[in-house]
Amino acid sequence: MSGEALRPRPPTTRPLWSVAGERVIETVIRVSGVSAVVFVAAIFFFIFREAAPVLWHKDFHILEFLFSSEWYPTSATNVRYGTLALTVGTLSVTALAIALAVPFGLGGAVFVSEFCSRRLRETLKIVIELLAAIPSVVWGFVGLTVMSKVIVALTGAPVGVNLLNGGVILALMSVPIIVSIGEDALKAVPDSYREAALALGATRWQTVYRVLLPAARNGLLAAVLLGVGRAVGETMAVLMATGHAVHIPDGLLQSVRTLTANVAAELGEAPAGSSHYRVLFLTGVLLFWITLAVNVAADLAVRGVRKK
Amino acid sequence: MSATPSPSPARRFGATPDVLRRERAQRIAKWVFGAMAGAMVLPLVAIVAYLLVKAWPSLGWEFIADVPRKGMREGGIWPAFVGTLYLVGISLAAAAPIGVLAAIYLNEYARDNWLNRLINLAVINLAGVPSIVHALFGLGAFVYAARFGFSILSASLTLAIMTLPVIIASTREALASVPRSFREACWNVGATRWQTIRAVVLPNSISGILTGVILQVSRAAGETAPIMFTGAVFFKAVQRGDFFPYRLGDQCMALSMHLYTVSTQVPNVRESIPYATAVVLLGSVLLVNATAIALRVWLRGRKKW
Repeated sequence: MSGEALRPRPPTTRPLWSVAGERVIETVIRVSGVSAVVFVAAIFFFIFREAAPVLWHKDFHILEFLFSSEWYPTSATNVRYGTLALTVGTLSVTALAIALAVPFGLGGAVFVSEFCSRRLRETLKIVIELLAAIPSVVWGFVGLTVMSKVIVALTGAPVGVNLLNGGVILALMSVPIIVSIGEDALKAVPDSYREAALALGATRWQTVYRVLLPAARNGLLAAVLLGVGRAVGETMAVLMATGHAVHIPDGLLQSVRTLTANVAAELGEAPAGSSHYRVLFLTGVLLFWITLAVNVAADLAVRGVRKK
Repeated sequence: MSATPSPSPARRFGATPDVLRRERAQRIAKWVFGAMAGAMVLPLVAIVAYLLVKAWPSLGWEFIADVPRKGMREGGIWPAFVGTLYLVGISLAAAAPIGVLAAIYLNEYARDNWLNRLINLAVINLAGVPSIVHALFGLGAFVYAARFGFSILSASLTLAIMTLPVIIASTREALASVPRSFREACWNVGATRWQTIRAVVLPNSISGILTGVILQVSRAAGETAPIMFTGAVFFKAVQRGDFFPYRLGDQCMALSMHLYTVSTQVPNVRESIPYATAVVLLGSVLLVNATAIALRVWLRGRKKW
């Protein structure tokens, strides 16, 4: 080695264009970073902007909108915009779906995370991912064709597209979400908990029941909430599978209509700018806040896990 | 976590009635949970099989390549197939750069402060907002406010915003899987943050990012509600074999919309046509997803750190 290599080199400065280019790129990255916030705000802004004028319209009363079950948006003489029947439709379909999906979803999550072999687990996770990827319109089609025939054959109901059909289809759609998030929650419980339980002589089932489920409680709650969010917001599947009657159901085999399906069914016929059109946007605002609340609740539940 | 084979509990030393009861509970629990997991697999297999059987009479390349005839009661689905390609392609072009850059910001630049938490919440919400609300947004923002009209452009942009969280989530995961020591090594030789990202982080995570992009494609291809009111139509006359039938300002047909239309709005359709449409849509989506999964499995096998 010559002595020259040991002498410190003069500090090289990067060319100006390189520094400037980096600045530009970093600005673009920062702007993209906050874009999600901007989009969520824009969604609310643009929906509310279309909906707002109806709030002062003479045919519209906010209490009637929320608490009346009379929905006659196209009536010439007696226009009524009451969404209670639609809200009850959404609630009943969601409740049925969650009642079916939670045991299967959490049971599946426990099995995938705790009971099965590595190879089986990888296979099941792939199947769950594929199940979650099935488009909602295909689920709706399945409800319309397959499930409705099954329901008519089993129950003797006159029509197969009803509350039960929608609930089963939504349950099938929510299960993959509950399983994958629930499995994450169980995986997040430290292995030392399992080892401690096994060292005390607990069987794997006792470990699950007494140690893992309580420890992963918040994450499992988040999984259920995200399943609820999916069920509330689902549009095409319930549009095709629940029938179209706007009334408060008093049995599993009755047709219902949900808030989402109602917008999808009527938006095409409502002239832009009419009160009907604006009320549908107002329904959108309502749905926006409902799903926002559910998602924030799920996020808080998960955050509770991390804190611990 | 696989259970080690143990001798039959009855013959084992120390098998008191209590132990036997516990182990029976354990066996029952395992079977019950296994059955629940099985009940998830069953629908996928059953649905795919049933749809395939019903669709069989119409299925074939001819079905994809032919245009609908006789008011969509005969013929194929070519305009809808191409329309979906258009919508997916344009939404991908819009969502991929923003999504990847947003993920880079969240993983490489953002500190753990209120802004970061707000962004995370926004991403979760963007994924959680009902698809019909995205449709209302697309109608209010792109069709009317931006004056794009009912067009492929409006529909694609609506899809892009809807599928943004898919890209952000998987890109973030890919970036986070690059070990911190890689970055530190790069910083220590004097590279700036961006130089590190370009030279070290992105090359080591590019396949993972690609997986996210593929998942966006599958999600965008299956959505119906967001395009129903922003640019997709029931029917559009297209020549057979025409690969570029639409322009940005045109309305188009789409596979998901077509399935909805032929199964609910058109009377007297030959029975196998809606089934065949469903099979083509489901098949494309599952194929794209399987590609992403295969890519991920292959990557995991190849990973050296």
